[in-house]
Parts: sequence; C-alpha cells; structure tokens
Amino acid sequence: MIEFVQSLLASPFWFAVLWMLALIAIIMTTIAALILAERKISAYIQDRVGPNRVGPLGIFQPVADGAKFLLKEDIIPANVDRPIYFLASGMAFVIALLGFAIIPWAGDIHWPWMPPGQTVSTQVADINIGILYILAVGSMSVYGVVLAGWASNNKYAFYGGMRATAQMLSYEVPLGLGILCVLLVSGDLRLGHIVDQQAAGGYWNVLLQPIAFLLVLISGFAETNRTPFDLAEAEQELVGGYHTEYSAMKFALFFLGEYAHMLTNSALMVALFWGGWAPLPFLPLLAGTTGWVAALFKFAIFFGKVLLFLVFYMVIRWTIPRFRFDQLMSLAWRALVPIGIAAVLLTSLLAALGWQRSLPASILVNGLLVAGALVVVARRPARVTGRQPDLPDVRVTRPQTAPVS
Amino acid sequence: MRDDDIILLREPILTVAERCYLPQILDGVRTTLRHMYNRKKREQTVTQYPEQKRELRLDNYRGVHRLNKDPDGRVACVACFMCSTACPAHCIHIEAGESPWPDREKYPVKFDIDELRCIYCGMCEEACPCDAIELTPHFELVGGSRQEMIFDKEKLLHVFDETKALKPRKNPAVTDYGLTGGQSKTVARPNAEPKV
Repeated sequence: MIEFVQSLLASPFWFAVLWMLALIAIIMTTIAALILAERKISAYIQDRVGPNRVGPLGIFQPVADGAKFLLKEDIIPANVDRPIYFLASGMAFVIALLGFAIIPWAGDIHWPWMPPGQTVSTQVADINIGILYILAVGSMSVYGVVLAGWASNNKYAFYGGMRATAQMLSYEVPLGLGILCVLLVSGDLRLGHIVDQQAAGGYWNVLLQPIAFLLVLISGFAETNRTPFDLAEAEQELVGGYHTEYSAMKFALFFLGEYAHMLTNSALMVALFWGGWAPLPFLPLLAGTTGWVAALFKFAIFFGKVLLFLVFYMVIRWTIPRFRFDQLMSLAWRALVPIGIAAVLLTSLLAALGWQRSLPASILVNGLLVAGALVVVARRPARVTGRQPDLPDVRVTRPQTAPVS
Repeated sequence: MRDDDIILLREPILTVAERCYLPQILDGVRTTLRHMYNRKKREQTVTQYPEQKRELRLDNYRGVHRLNKDPDGRVACVACFMCSTACPAHCIHIEAGESPWPDREKYPVKFDIDELRCIYCGMCEEACPCDAIELTPHFELVGGSRQEMIFDKEKLLHVFDETKALKPRKNPAVTDYGLTGGQSKTVARPNAEPKV
C-alpha cells in the first residue's frame, strides 16, 4: 500500500493529478475565506465591523452564504437563451480556474524514495508555452461575461457584456506588453523557469521591470472586472450588469469566479514578477532545493505573497471609484499602451545588448519611461470637462468667489 | 434672481501629479488604511443592535402611533378626520359616532391604522387639533400577518399606556370651546400649561 502511494507520488503524471485535486480543494477553501475577508475589509474601511454573528468573529459566514445560495429559488427568466445561459455561469468559473494549471507553486520535489536526480513538479502542467497559455486563457475569461449578457435577453445585462468585451479587448494589449517585457528579461516561456531564474539570480522581475509590473497589475484589475474597472456590473447604471438575470447558485458561480480570477491573477503576478516562492530578493535562498520540507516552505511563501496581493485588490476596490467608460478607454489606449510599447522597445534594446538582467540598466530604462510619461502628461493641457475651454473667461462679480486657479 | 447672484466657478485645473493618477491612488489608499486600522472609531460608530440600542430623540422620533387618553381615561380623539385627510398614505380609517360624553359631539367608534401602509411621516400628528394621535419612539414592530399589523383603537390606546411614562402627552390646544380633546374641566390639566 505504502509502496503504491509512493509510486503514485513519484510518477509525474499521477503526482500532477493528485496535486491538481489538492489545489482545487485549497482554492475553494481560499475563495470561501476571501469572501469573508472582502466583507471584513470593506467593513473596516467603512468604519463598520462586518459579519460577526455566524460563529466567533463571523468565520462561518461563508458557510451561511453558501447555504443561502444553494437554498434560494433559482429563477430562470422565460426568454433566456437557455443553453448559453447555463453555459455562461459555468464558463465564468471554470475559465478563471484554468490559469492555475501552470502556476509553479513550489518548484520541484524530490521524494526520498525516488532515484537521485529525478523530481516531480508542483506545476500541474509544466508546458513550455506557459506565457502564451496565460494570454490565451486570460482572453477567454471574457466569454463568461459576454455570453451571460447575451443569453440573459436583458438590455442591461447586454450592456454589461458589451462593456466587458471592449474593456477586455483593450486591456489585453497592455497586459500582453507587460508580460512581453518579462519574456524579454527571462528569455523563457516556461513559468517554472522564470521563477527559478528569479530565485537563483535574486533579482525579481519587479525590480527589473517595475513599469511592466504596473501595466500587468492595472490590466489584471481590468481583467478581473473589479473596481475601478467593474463597468460590466456597474450596479448604479446597469442594475447588476451581466449577472442581472442570474440567481441562486448560478449567480454564486459568477461571484466565486471573480474571486477565482483574482487568485489566478495574483498567482501569475507573484510568479512573473515577485519571485514566486523565493523568500527574499537579492538572496538566492531555497534556490535549487528539492526536499519536500523545502517545498512546503516554498508553497507557504508563494501563497503568502498571493494573499498579500488579494488584500491589495480588496483595499483598492474600496478606495477608488469606478471609471467612466471614456476614461477607461483613454487609460488603456492613451496611457498604458504607449508606455507598454516604449517599455517593450527599451527592454528589447537592453536584451539586444545583453543587459536585460542588470539592475542599473533596468533602473535607467524604467526611470526614462517614468520621466517620459511625466513630460508627456505635463505638456498635454489638462482636460477641462465641466466647462468648455473655448468659452470666454468667467466674470466674477464678488470678491469672495474668486475662481479656483 | 439677479445676475450677480450667480456664482460662476471655474473647474480646478488638475496638477501634473493628479493627472498621473497613481499618486492620487496612493493618497486614497492611505485614507482607507487609516480607517481600516482605526478600531476605536469603528467601535464608536457601530451599534450592535439587539444588544446595544441607539439613543432616540424621544420628542420627535416617529415610530408607531398611539391614541392619547385624556385624564379621565377616555380616548382624546374627537373623530374630526383631520388626520386621515392629511395622511398621504391613506392608512387611517375612522368611523365616527355620537359621543356618549357631554363635552364633545363625536368620538371614534373605530380607529384603525394600517402600520404597513403608514410611511411614518408624522403628518397625522401635525394635523390633529387636539393632539390625540401621536407617534412614539417605539419602532420594533413585528407581526405574523398583514391583518395583525392593522392597529385598532384598543391597541393604539394600549400603546399610549405603554409609552406614556417615556413620552408624556403634549399640551392639548385651546379653542373657543375651551380645551380640546374632551378635557374634563373638573380634573387637573394633564401635565403643563395650555397653549394660548
């Protein structure tokens, strides 16, 4: 029996299967905890105390929420496109989980009973086109939203879906450009190798490519449809947006999908920019270790970083108001895309000179980018939206109402 | 409105830092984090409702209605229909009858308020010429059915008995006929000088 388990754990395929099951359990638990965390954090930010009735400090609130979702009446409106309507809620959730397949959670593990030199990977699928897979799966995440908006046969849901499409299409571009910078630095598409490189070299990609990280972070917010980019749901304008017509567990799938998407995005950013499981920058700690105890540590470190990102997501959500749609588009196309293109150009210049992994050269490049952006912003006249700029000067008749300069 | 009453303001021009957006976000995050870690403020702000209760302004809180009794224990209402006329939600239903007492002509045989229709605006209280109907600070209204939430005369008078210690009856108004609301001339006035 023990030998059977050992052989299972030592086989790359069966280890991946077991690890996948374990990961799904971990992710589901984390999502439940995240919902409580979101409610608590939002409450604290708004000077409230949040859920505190179900169990001590409200820790069983996710269970109560889940039970409520399961027991609620599941209303399917009469004129929905039923197959697509059902498909959409599932897609929103499943596609959000797909990205987990290539997260290198804890590097490689060498079990004591394995022949020396052999290892199993804690990446469910160690595919050699990792980054392309991210981009492909990331673009698919819009399908859940769009199909939900279309199938609901409701104009508000439809507006939500359309907004989501335009938004995703626009923010795919800076996301891709940001990831391209990482690609130029690492020269490898495998996510596992990118993390290993960062851990061994000590230079995390966020230190080498802070601007690219910002691009990916902002696009990540947009991809997860969270504030300030939650125009697809915009409850003040669109009732509930794309999930207006969904109730009970089908709504819960959208809800959980959003959190799963956040988790995926955070994990990707940790892997691509924040050194994955490397505990500290500049120090090659844990690099090259393959023991299973070390793997546990690595997993804890990786997951801790992911949790920090998730908290950051939540704090931002309750800090910034939603963009207007034209602001959303102008942020993507007039700010992020030019910066992204400049970053890719400068980074490829570094790569051509072979300096892509040198910290001073990267700091110089990123400083140049920031300076350039500042110059452009300063030279561009501030947009006056409330009053037409070509109107004559305001006549001020009372001294106490001097115009604000 | 004269021309110089109009104040024209120019929209403030954003600074470069504001137009770069990210510094402003950090500023906002600082604000939210300040609130997030301000435990004292949170505990001051929140009232844990069933265990803790808010202090209400007893004089003008608009909770469930009551029908006042005069010092003789009779219903103070004279069935003038002013409250049901004033009511924007049409939730007061009165049936008037000839008063059995010599000091007034009518009294309410039936006086029903549908507490579910009521919007608690307090206009009945304002309209009442003899301060017979009043809103009390009591707000925890529950009922198992709609029928149960229609309060009849007995129930409204009972509410008065329950809340008169908390909120004594206001001074009844004085008209040409003397004190309104069937004040007995022989009994001392309820709790204060009449308004003249």
